[in-house]
Parts: sequence; C-alpha cells; structure tokens
Amino acid sequence: MIDLTVKLPGLNLKNPIMPASGCFGFGKEYAQLYDLSQLGAIMIKATTVEMRLGNPTPRVAETASGMLNAIGLQNPGLEKVAGQELPWLEKYDVPIIANVAGTTTEDYVEVAKAISQAPNVHALEINISCPNVKQGGITFGTDPDVARELTRAVKEVSAVPVYVKLSPNVTNIVSIAKAVEEGGADGITMINTLLGMRMDTKTGRPIIANITGGLSGPAIKPVALRMVYEVSQHTKLPIIGMGGVTNVDDVIDFLSAGASAVAVGTANFVNPFVCPEIIKQLPEHLHELGFDSVEQLVGRSHRL
Amino acid sequence: MIKQERMQIIKQQQIAHHIFELTVKGTLANEMAEPGQFVHIRVADSFEPLLRRPISVASIDLEASQFTMIYRAEGRGTQLLAEKTAGDTLDVLGPLGHGFPVEEAVKRAYLIGGGIGVPPLYELAKQLNARGIETVHILGFESKQAVFYEDKFRELGDTHIATVDGSHGTQGFVTHILNELPTDFDTYYSCGPTAMLEAVQWAYPQKKGFLSYEQRMGCGIGACFACVCRTTKSETDYIKVCSDGPVFPAGVVIT
Repeated sequence: MIDLTVKLPGLNLKNPIMPASGCFGFGKEYAQLYDLSQLGAIMIKATTVEMRLGNPTPRVAETASGMLNAIGLQNPGLEKVAGQELPWLEKYDVPIIANVAGTTTEDYVEVAKAISQAPNVHALEINISCPNVKQGGITFGTDPDVARELTRAVKEVSAVPVYVKLSPNVTNIVSIAKAVEEGGADGITMINTLLGMRMDTKTGRPIIANITGGLSGPAIKPVALRMVYEVSQHTKLPIIGMGGVTNVDDVIDFLSAGASAVAVGTANFVNPFVCPEIIKQLPEHLHELGFDSVEQLVGRSHRL
Repeated sequence: MIKQERMQIIKQQQIAHHIFELTVKGTLANEMAEPGQFVHIRVADSFEPLLRRPISVASIDLEASQFTMIYRAEGRGTQLLAEKTAGDTLDVLGPLGHGFPVEEAVKRAYLIGGGIGVPPLYELAKQLNARGIETVHILGFESKQAVFYEDKFRELGDTHIATVDGSHGTQGFVTHILNELPTDFDTYYSCGPTAMLEAVQWAYPQKKGFLSYEQRMGCGIGACFACVCRTTKSETDYIKVCSDGPVFPAGVVIT
C-alpha cells in the first residue's frame, strides 16, 4: 500500500495533487466533471476586497507548449467568495487554499483576516506574484523587504497557516524565499507565471490586450523545477511546486526537486480530468521507483 | 452532461476553400441537445499546440450517435485537425455552452450567418423545420470558393447568399440582403463575426433575436475567465462566452 498522504502546515492532504489558483475557478465547473473530494486540496481563484472585472480581451494567447494569459485577477470580491463560493465548496471533503490578492497591504490584510476564518479554508496563498495587474501583485513579490513585511502583516491576522506564492520574474528567487520565511510564512508556493508576450505576425500588434501576459504550461516546467530545486536548498519552508505540470512524471520531478506537494494549472484546460488521472496513477509510479510514500520522494534529488 | 471521449472519425472531407466537414461517432453525440452548442477538441496528443480548439456543431444524428462539424483550417491547430482521416480517434470534450433556443420562434425565423458562423445554423434550421417553423437563410461568405451547404439550406427553406467579392449571389454582406427582405418574421438567429452580429442587431431593434458570439477561450467550461464580455444587464457584471453562451439574446453582450 503506497501512502499518498502529505502533512503540511494547516494541510493534511490525502494526496499531493491540487489544482493551481486561477486555473480552476472556484471549483464549480470541474465539479460537473468529477468529485472534487478526490483532490488533495483546491487552490481557489484569487480573491480581492472588491470585485474585479479584470483586463480587456483577448486575455489568452497560445505559444509553443504554453499559453499567455492576462486575466487580471477577475473575481467577485471578498463578500461573495466568503458568502457564496466557499460555503458551496463545503460539501466536498477537500481543504481549500484561499489565494489572497490586493493592491495595498491593507487589502491583503483585510481579505486574509476574513477569508481565513471560513471553516473550509485551511491555508492562505498570498499572491505577491501576479504579473497581470498594474498595482499590487508582482510589485509585492520582487522586493525582499516588501515581501517580508507583507508576509508579516498577513501572518498577524490570519487564522490559518500562510503560504506565499513566489514570482519567477526576479533575479534572485532565493532572496525572496528567505525574506518571506523571515516574515513568518508557513510555506511557499512556486512558481507563478513568467512574464511574456506574443505578436500577431500579420499586424505586428501584441495579441493580448494587456500587451504582456503570464506564460504557463509545459514550456515553463524547466524554469519552475530549477527554482524549486534552488529554493528548497535555502529554506526550511515546505514548498508546493507548480509550473507546467501535465502528468504523473512531472509530479515526480517536482517532488524529487524538493516540493512537498504539486499544483496543476494550465493542464486542466488541456485535459479537465488531469488531476484525478495523476492521483490514480501516482501509487503505481511510486511503487515502480521503489518508494512506499510520497514523503519519501520529497527532495530525492538533493540526496543523490 | 459534459463528457470527454475519444470519438471515432467517420468521415472527413474538404467542402470549400479551407473548409472541412468532419463527422465523429460516440456516446457524447447523444448528450447534444441544443443547436449552437460546441465541442472542445484536442487536435494532437502532444502539447504543441497546447490548447483545445472550440468547434461548432453543424449537424446532429442522435440515432447514429454521430455529429458533424464544419471548420476552417487556417491556424496550426485546425490544420492538424484537417489531416485526420476516417478511422482515427479524436479527444472531444462536450457538449459545451448554451445554444439557440428553438422554442422561441413562433412561425417564421431568419437565420443569418457569416463565414464559419454558418455551420451551427444548419442544425438550427433542421430543428426549427421539425417544429413546423419556416426558416429563411441569409448566408454571407468571402467568395464563391468559400461557399458551403447552399443546397442543404435550400432544402430547408428560402436561402440567400452574399459574397464579399460578388463571385456568387449578392455582392456585399448579409446586411445588403436583409435590406431587401420583408420583415415579416418573428425571431432571428445569427452567428458570425462580431461586426456582423452588431449590424444584424441594429437592423432589427424591435425583433426577438439570438446571437452566437466568439471569443478566445482557455478552458471552454467557464473556469479560466478568458472569454468574458461585459453585459448590458449590470455595469459590474460580466458573462462568459463559453459557459453562459455562446448564444445570448440580442442586446445583452457589450462588444
């Protein structure tokens, strides 16, 4: 019997697989397709104090083995997420990781304080890395001092453990990871999307209305893996790894690199059943590699 | 219910310039209810191209568990789709979205389509005819080479063709034909480029109409928020083309 469970601050996961924030809405759409209780956790879409209508369209563009998006943190706002989306998810036996976003420290604090009190929210994911909003988002995630202080402010008010989502769009991701650790973070999630763009070859205009977008999908997996590998060597914090995960082998790679759990993002759009499929395949793959549990595999690359 | 299924390709053929007709078989076909719904197709098992392609459904055969799609092979994804042949299987997710409400028509309906917006109107015409509704088809294409299904539409009702270059039918756009036609219909249905939908909407402000919109999509099921549009219903609200639409009553979508 292979043990898929993973114990992380605030999260007793039945398996290490969870859909990444922004790629799963608030779960309703995928609940039409399969039982969400199969998942290790769900990282719900970013929530801000007020509702956000997001960026103009086109918001997505395809690239080689990837996609660019600039949704712009569209969400119905704290009141509706706390009052409607989270209670709806209570019928599923799955911990929720609430992604918190804002344009000021006060915004983050307000959302974190309120949403961390929801009965099915077991952890927060602080979004200091969204590349697609003009204020907030990534501006908090590129300066270690700012990231540390924001983490500290959120930690003070949160009723549940706090994970901070790191951006790859920095020169030194380890310094940001260390900063959020100093700020009291309980864990790290990484990576968010890589800032990119694509032109319409005929007209020369960028395809995404926002001009730039966040690159995700298999194209970014090597970058994500390298960053998880690096950060896991320099911090004691557990890491939920993500970036281009599409199958069970990718999950094994992230766990080997030092992630304790793995989030699946863009692949949900390509194959909406990708999360339950990976969960089903994971025990056999662990067995073939000679492991009895997921936890044995975590950080394997560092022990070689 | 939405299903993901590896459907078998029964037939694939080119029917006009860059236009292909593709028939697939599988249990997913039996889930199809409304004309105007679409499916999301993975054109390759690799990740290049990565995203699925939304393709509209042109005809449904529930008895044979088959449906037919018509698409234009212009980008890499649809070109790969065009290379598939009978016997191959295809990863299909569907049926998706909400289609045209056939019950809204009373006696006579105008079906107005442009280019690759024409296919879903064919199943709509079939279903309206089956309900005893008289259908008039006004279809616009780039040129004679791009025209398809003209005879099939004629079998179901009065059919008018416009081509931009005048190589077939009336020269110009569908609106040139609409200007010449009587307005003795009760409901119109339209699918095509956004500019055409706007023009049709302007032409019949007093009529009951239903428009099918296009928008770049990510997931196709409403989770990714890529295909949102503003709505006239509320300044702080939005609609998703993939899951709330693609068909909306006239006057709802702000383009």
